[in-house]
Amino acid sequence: MSETVLLIGTKKGLWIGRSDEARRLWTVEGPQFEMQGVYSVGIDTRGEQPRLFAGGTSEHWGPAVFHSDDLGKTWDEPPQGSIGFPADADASVERVWQIQPGPPDQPGVVYAGAQPSSLWKSTDGGVTFDLVRALWDHPHRQDWGAGFGGQAIHTVLPHPTDPDRMSVAMSTGGVYQTTDGGASWSPANHGIKAYFMPDPDPDFGQCVHKLAGHPDAPDRLFAQNHHGVYRSDDGGAIWKSIADGLPSDFGFPIAVHPHEPDTVYVFPLIADGNRIPTDASCRVFRSRDAGATWEPLTKGLPDVPSYAPVLRDALCVDQGTPAGVYLGTRDGCVYASPDAGDTWTEVARHLPDVLTVRAAVLP
Amino acid sequence: MTVAVKIPTVLRPFAGGAECVRLDLDGDATVGAVFAQLEQDHPALRRRLTDDQGELRRHVNVFLAGDNIRDLKGLHTPLPDGAELLILPSVAGG
Repeated sequence: MSETVLLIGTKKGLWIGRSDEARRLWTVEGPQFEMQGVYSVGIDTRGEQPRLFAGGTSEHWGPAVFHSDDLGKTWDEPPQGSIGFPADADASVERVWQIQPGPPDQPGVVYAGAQPSSLWKSTDGGVTFDLVRALWDHPHRQDWGAGFGGQAIHTVLPHPTDPDRMSVAMSTGGVYQTTDGGASWSPANHGIKAYFMPDPDPDFGQCVHKLAGHPDAPDRLFAQNHHGVYRSDDGGAIWKSIADGLPSDFGFPIAVHPHEPDTVYVFPLIADGNRIPTDASCRVFRSRDAGATWEPLTKGLPDVPSYAPVLRDALCVDQGTPAGVYLGTRDGCVYASPDAGDTWTEVARHLPDVLTVRAAVLP
Repeated sequence: MTVAVKIPTVLRPFAGGAECVRLDLDGDATVGAVFAQLEQDHPALRRRLTDDQGELRRHVNVFLAGDNIRDLKGLHTPLPDGAELLILPSVAGG
């Protein structure tokens, strides 16, 4: 019987949930990396054995990217560290916000998004990362702003079939894309509003909170923004609002069902000035028609007033059949759905703020 | 000349478990020279003390005879033979 692993990165360490294929009963172990903010985690299932990643930040000793080849029993990193700016960049990595294994046909390729806004590529399975220089040297960089969490690339979305194409997103700066393997980068924010800018339709400067896509529909992208939920059907050239039918267009995460490119999940909050769940209710909203209509998912989620947001990387899906969906809240609760969101089970409670979750059904 | 660096418990795994690292330096020694030697001997320790550009991390304090090197000449602080550096983190926050 297969095992399901759930990585839970929190403000003060990493917890690991384990379940069988049914994903109803969970054991949770932790913390590891105690007192480190684990802002990014990853599970690479492409190799002979799964490799886990944890991007931790110690307030004292700085950031680090660790990897584990024994499902989290032990962790390793090179003595010199996995990630660091060269001297001429005149910058230091403050936090690693994203660890993203590449597509299945690019074994060994792993990407990282970091603060300050920078993209990193590993070709040794995520042990060491090199700065993607063309994006770092982009003339727009001096004009990229900083969200509350800092100026960071928080989404790395490789094209599922074309190694020359990739989308990244940053707060604040918006979506940027390459079509030449990272040699050049262009903003791709047409249609995304930035009400907080003098020109609400800038080329860049939008505050995108999360991007998501699906390998079976490579030209379709979804975005949850700082007020705005969008879909693009042309690879990011034009974005159109899909927020009608949601109780709010503000929120942080967005995720796509692993097997259904039309099924997407968000977790609405009231507004940027009031970042609590709409109607004080812990609800995931699901669309099964690419954002045309939405339905709230509540069965098994707390039926008491809830005021805890879900952060941008704290909602994810696994690759199981049926699909598993997971969310972690800022009040330290983690829920899992083994049936694409229809019903939910509590995995953990009273953890520190949940920053990120990632899950995988392992063979 | 020889300089000793006393290591807090949490960092000892990055120094082979040692409570104290002794370094032999050529010529005039500074805190920066000590860190450069640590880069050779204990790179995992060094990068927890300084950032990518070699600057002391914000909440890391290095004391020389009771003085914080930030109150002296920072990484340019000269060290006498036999000097002992003490590394302490600032602990704050919730």
